[in-house]
Amino acid sequence: MSDEETKGLLSPLRRKLLMGIAAVPAITMLPRASFAQSPATSAINTTGLAVTDTEVTVGILHSATGTMAISETGSIEAEKLAIEQINAAGGVLGRKIKFIQEDGASDWPTFAEKAKKLLVNDKVAAIMGCWTSASRKAVLPVVEQYNGMLYYPTFYEGLEQSKNVIYTGQEATQQILAGLNWIAKEKGAKSFFFVGSDYIWPRTSNKIARKHVENVLKGKVVGEEYYPLGNTQFNSVINKIKLTKPDVIFTDVVGGSNVAFYKQLKAAGIDLSKQALLTISVTEDEIDGIGGENIAGAYACMKYFQSLDNANNKAFVPAFKKMWGEKTVIGDVTQAAYLGPWLWKLTVEKAGSFDVDKIAAASPGVEFKGAPEGYVRIHENHHLWSKTRVGRAKLDGQFELIYETADLVEPNPFPKGYQ
Amino acid sequence: MTDNRFFNRSELIGILLLAVFLVVVLPLTLDVFRLNLVAKYLTYAFVALGLVVCWGYGGILSLGQGVFFGLGGYCMAMFLKLEASSVENTKIQSTPGIPDFMDWNQITSLPLFWKPFHSLTFTIAAIILVPGIFALIIGTAMFKRRVGGTYFAIITQAVAAILTILIVGQQGYTGGINGMTDLRTLKGWDIRPDHAKVVLYFFEVGCLFVCIMIAQFIRHSKLGRILVAMREKEDRVRFSGYSVANFKIFAFCIAAVYAAIGGAMFALNVGFMSPSFVGIVPSIEMVIYTAVGGRLSILGAVYGTLLVNFAKTSLSETFPELWLFGLGGLFIAVVLAFPNGLAGIWGDYVQPRIDRLISLRKPKPEGWTDSSVADGAPAE
Repeated sequence: MSDEETKGLLSPLRRKLLMGIAAVPAITMLPRASFAQSPATSAINTTGLAVTDTEVTVGILHSATGTMAISETGSIEAEKLAIEQINAAGGVLGRKIKFIQEDGASDWPTFAEKAKKLLVNDKVAAIMGCWTSASRKAVLPVVEQYNGMLYYPTFYEGLEQSKNVIYTGQEATQQILAGLNWIAKEKGAKSFFFVGSDYIWPRTSNKIARKHVENVLKGKVVGEEYYPLGNTQFNSVINKIKLTKPDVIFTDVVGGSNVAFYKQLKAAGIDLSKQALLTISVTEDEIDGIGGENIAGAYACMKYFQSLDNANNKAFVPAFKKMWGEKTVIGDVTQAAYLGPWLWKLTVEKAGSFDVDKIAAASPGVEFKGAPEGYVRIHENHHLWSKTRVGRAKLDGQFELIYETADLVEPNPFPKGYQ
Repeated sequence: MTDNRFFNRSELIGILLLAVFLVVVLPLTLDVFRLNLVAKYLTYAFVALGLVVCWGYGGILSLGQGVFFGLGGYCMAMFLKLEASSVENTKIQSTPGIPDFMDWNQITSLPLFWKPFHSLTFTIAAIILVPGIFALIIGTAMFKRRVGGTYFAIITQAVAAILTILIVGQQGYTGGINGMTDLRTLKGWDIRPDHAKVVLYFFEVGCLFVCIMIAQFIRHSKLGRILVAMREKEDRVRFSGYSVANFKIFAFCIAAVYAAIGGAMFALNVGFMSPSFVGIVPSIEMVIYTAVGGRLSILGAVYGTLLVNFAKTSLSETFPELWLFGLGGLFIAVVLAFPNGLAGIWGDYVQPRIDRLISLRKPKPEGWTDSSVADGAPAE
């Protein structure tokens, strides 16, 4: 302290007053501090998880290598960002989160092996992970057998519900129905052509979409085609599209195939500013590979776009870019992955325990007001209430928000009348 | 070297050492999780063993062993999946009592070719016969026309690619890219808990030794020597009056059946089967295991498989983002420095010292020669 300052404090009364004032914030901090010192580890961790007085360990399980790495890297980055932010804000029940990262290597059995390693050897309190349905299906029996907690970020086909999984992405009805309603109303669409990759998610999504088009919208599906994962020849389906002239092309082509599909569509002279195309599989991440000029004008239907204009997102996007570089883009799944650690933290604090059984029971009703997509809440079925949005792809690879549902859409993994 | 015994003394020591390693050392030092991982690695050792017979001795390089691994694995998985899909386990589905992936694909009754897999006896027979007969058909079609070498390797790759596409495309019947997951019980016995994993491990090690013995027998029999002769100079064997094609078909079928047993063990131990084991990449990986172990050595195949898979697991646990480079570097180093793999290192560096040690203690051991190098080493 400098001399001038000490002189200013010479009056005893003044000093006392000042000290009293200085103590005020300290007093208000007291209950918080004692809360941060938190309950004893033995009380909040009765099942032998990796929780110490200062640390709690979670697992991150995605493909850092292999064909899925391009998609899953965003999820890894989002989860690390969330963990860092939670730690900066004091951690969970006074414990800093430490993570163990494992590589699923785009190989489903490896996912199962690593999940088992995380649960059995490392005793992680939760796993943030998986991306494809196949990897989730491989991990699910392991998580259920060893009673772990999995936060799964991808939009997926539904038909699943587990005590041990929180699905932070949308299930199929949540994602699809609002988008179809919107395009039917807005474009007067009556005929639809479905193109998808050949596996469970596109098939189930298209099944739901077909039922909705035929039974609710009273429209017609004029074609439904599937191609193997990684397929790059779409000329025959593009010819069929040209012949049938559908009002809407509805696509759930995934991964690298997208690049070929949209380039060939453009080369075949289908202008997406005139021909309506609704995709449920192209996020900002995919456009990075497809190129904005090849897909501009297409509509995408999901719950999050990087361009969303709300306070949470305006804080989230710069924080993400600061940590992972200016050039990174943030897609729907990346945002959903970011929700995982936060929802887990909020649930642990609600339950007052790291025990998986207590977290599973406390999950329904947990709400996260800081979600970049706005606001989410966990449903009794362990999926999230969330809004569905339609965006239009722009040349710069971003989406322009066109429509969003007024209310949160209820997750319904076992939809009646759509099976 | 005219003896027809199963093994000479050094081979017997090797087999005993392996037995001690697998039956005593590993179960005592590893926890159940790691032991289960070893069980998973050993399923590939079956494939590698088959490749020693077919590629090492017969000189037939097959880049499609994943096909047979997959066929065996899928047969086993179909049985286990049916048992896991009882009506009460699947009452949430629109059609209870059929596997979940069929229900997702709007199949409402069990397909005909699935029905026999309710029987364990049929399943075990199918594990051996389906891949065996399939290999017989491919082998007959190829070898009778004297297609061999590179062309044969390419065709086996094509078969692997075709089968993958078939499995992925027919997902209503096969589970598609997800594969068959959530296998639970074998005749009511839960295969998932820790004690079951231990039992399955020992069962698998037992099967592995039976397969090793059969491979030893083939190698030391006249058949084995014809295979080696064929590899070195096919025409001479043909002109001596042997039907080269039949011997090749036989070696290929043995390799196929070995791979299928491995696949079935995989489904049992891991509780899972997926098309990611059928394609070209896993098939080539299986050849790598054999190459690292030494393609001429039966025991080398087992050690090679264990080493590569162990390296794969530990590297990927330690360096989740860089491990593939490390693994690739390891392969290049092994192939460049030790073309005969682990068995080559053993034969060139370790074995001579042991021999010298023994001969120091016990001057001039007669009655056995080191035929493991003699009849296995390539002519050059």
